[in-house]
Amino acid sequence: MKRLMLGNAAAARGLYEAGCAVASSYPGTPSTEITEEAAKFEEIYCEWAPNEKVAMETAFGASLAGKRSFCGMKHVGLNVAADPLFTVSYTGVNAGMVIAVADDPGMHSSQNEQDSRHYAEAAKIPMLEPSDSAEALAFAKLAYELSEQFDTPVLYKMCTRVAHSQSAVETSPRADIPVRPYEKNIAKYVMMPGNAIRRHPVVEERTRKLVAWAETAEINRLESGQDRSVGIVTSSTCYQYVKEVCGDRYPVLKLGMIWPMPEEKLRAFAASVEKLVVVEELDPFIENHCRVLGLKPVGKELFPLLGEFSQNLVAEKLGFAPKAIRSLDETVPGRPPVMCAGCPHRGMFYTLAKNKVTVLGDIGCYTLGAVAPLSAIEMTLCMGASISGLHGFNKALGAQSEQKTVAVIGDSTFMHSGMTGLANIAYNQSNSTVIILDNSITGMTGHQQNPTTGYNIKGDPAGKIDLEALCRAMGFNRVRVVDPYDLAACDRAVKEELAAAEPSVIISRRPCALLKYVKHKAPLRVNTAKCVGCKSCMRVGCPAISIKEGKARVDETLCVGCGVCSQLCRVDAFESTGKEG
Amino acid sequence: METKNIMIVGVGGQGSLLASKLLGQLLLSQGWDVKVSEVHGMSQRGGSVVTYVRYGDKVYSPVIDKGEADFIVSFEQLEAARWLSYLKPEGQIVTSTQQMDPMPVVIGAASYPENLIEKMRAAGVKVDALDCLSLAREAGSVKAVNIVLMGRLSHYFDLPEEAWMAALESVVPPKFLELNKKAFALGRNA
Repeated sequence: MKRLMLGNAAAARGLYEAGCAVASSYPGTPSTEITEEAAKFEEIYCEWAPNEKVAMETAFGASLAGKRSFCGMKHVGLNVAADPLFTVSYTGVNAGMVIAVADDPGMHSSQNEQDSRHYAEAAKIPMLEPSDSAEALAFAKLAYELSEQFDTPVLYKMCTRVAHSQSAVETSPRADIPVRPYEKNIAKYVMMPGNAIRRHPVVEERTRKLVAWAETAEINRLESGQDRSVGIVTSSTCYQYVKEVCGDRYPVLKLGMIWPMPEEKLRAFAASVEKLVVVEELDPFIENHCRVLGLKPVGKELFPLLGEFSQNLVAEKLGFAPKAIRSLDETVPGRPPVMCAGCPHRGMFYTLAKNKVTVLGDIGCYTLGAVAPLSAIEMTLCMGASISGLHGFNKALGAQSEQKTVAVIGDSTFMHSGMTGLANIAYNQSNSTVIILDNSITGMTGHQQNPTTGYNIKGDPAGKIDLEALCRAMGFNRVRVVDPYDLAACDRAVKEELAAAEPSVIISRRPCALLKYVKHKAPLRVNTAKCVGCKSCMRVGCPAISIKEGKARVDETLCVGCGVCSQLCRVDAFESTGKEG
Repeated sequence: METKNIMIVGVGGQGSLLASKLLGQLLLSQGWDVKVSEVHGMSQRGGSVVTYVRYGDKVYSPVIDKGEADFIVSFEQLEAARWLSYLKPEGQIVTSTQQMDPMPVVIGAASYPENLIEKMRAAGVKVDALDCLSLAREAGSVKAVNIVLMGRLSHYFDLPEEAWMAALESVVPPKFLELNKKAFALGRNA
């Protein structure tokens, strides 16, 4: 029976059917649901690792031990895991190992638009690229077969539109995969120079064999078309746009394995059409391969290097007539994402903005602290860069910056990459103030547990790292916890820790307002007889508060009664509705 | 059948994912090929969100492009206007009359356009506007706006009500089923 399945859920189903036994990942949009869905299968041990490097090494360990393994991450996560990636290519695997990486063209939820296909070529690891949920399922299974057949980890590349689209799949039962017994093999698994030198030619030979496989692989599919004036090479979601626009008009070579690519198949395809057109998002990856083969493709001279494609874009570039489009003669204000009503980060950002503190930020919901009216964050680079960046900032400027600059980082991001930066502050002694915004969850990616929450991926009790004890053990004498709903306490903590003559950590602790277990107070309302319309409450940028007819108004469907706004009101106009949520 | 397109637009957190799930189930049960495209991650945090539902004999692209939508189902007036360019010339907007100020309006950097529904109608757009928030409240929860909208949308489909009910049952937890059935009926019969 066919059923609708999210691309990421179909990938997880593929892991299940392929007999995957161990999955370790770090959440990151748009990859998160693969591991979340895999965790619903009792047969797969699943976990959230502290970061992608740890996840990949864990998956490698499981493969080495003889069970099919998986790790998943977003594109920038693969940068973190690049160290093991390049060498697991040399060692190869024991049982099959699949590494999912999800790109985010258009940057729906990312800090850059990198094209992860380059990693496949750079690390010399084959990469499969599904174009819908049915392929997501099938390719996950194929990836394990290739992994074991060619003794290589296999990269499995998603993009936002495949990961987060539902389409029809048909499921099969789980395969019974026997454990491949672990055997000591120092020459294969200990990558010191003498051994690695002997493994590199094995890698190059493997690539030659994979190219030969690619020539006849069914997933590199030729679809015929009547009009041979154009032949299109494409993959992933671009294939869907091409078919949507062209139907069966032009011949299409759809690549399911994006590295290594076939050579003879591409040459023969190019020879069979008048003009070879490559349709691919982001970098000219297929196009450059065609050029290396001596072909003359039309690619990025026609199609953009930036952002996502769509059917209209492909239609326009291929010369199809545009659709009629309606418009309204009206300026529609934008609606950027905002911190939620009751978000515990708001009180701390308000405090930092009020004290005119320079804030170096990090990756998470709290990056929204950069948005008006708070406009508090001044730098966001990558996971962990707030703390290490602050150290460098303070080393550069010394006392000039130490008393008015902080780093802010979430609990999950701190576990991911913040601890090493904190170690650098403790070791090389900059007088830095680090604020851990502990909302007791990995928020932005949709509420995943992490090493500080005390629960595992299934929501069962797990080890819990004590942030205060950890920071003290690293050598911080000044570690204090504040409630970000208490503006006076935040103000005191920020002022005192910035003024202190030694490095300090402030843990701003309150669980995410969206967590199901969090009990909220009754929503507030404004006593319009008291409100003087001074707009003091508007400075916190709460989406539940607006000004109507000169007075503040609270949207009771959004308000969770956090009371941060009422601490700013000089006339005590906020009062409880008494209706507990 | 040529591919049909339904867009669900609103503000992150309003429940468009559940509505798209319901439509996906419904249309698949009618034997069509279906694709549903969702938004996760940062845009969900109170930003403008859009979900695409496409169905037909064979659906390729998971997204709906400008000039393609047969229906735009909107949780909020401004969002209906924002995505208007995606509507086919003969397409239909089904919108809740709710207004939610986006942050640029909240902080006074922009103003919320007035009389958007009238302006869209004046421009020749078919707009079915309904106070879904009040109807959801009447059904028992303001969170049921999504199902009120689905009830309203069901007007425009030549499908038996039982098919909608079966889809509703497949996506809503049993303890909220009665509430959602009521919300659906209030939307359908409004």
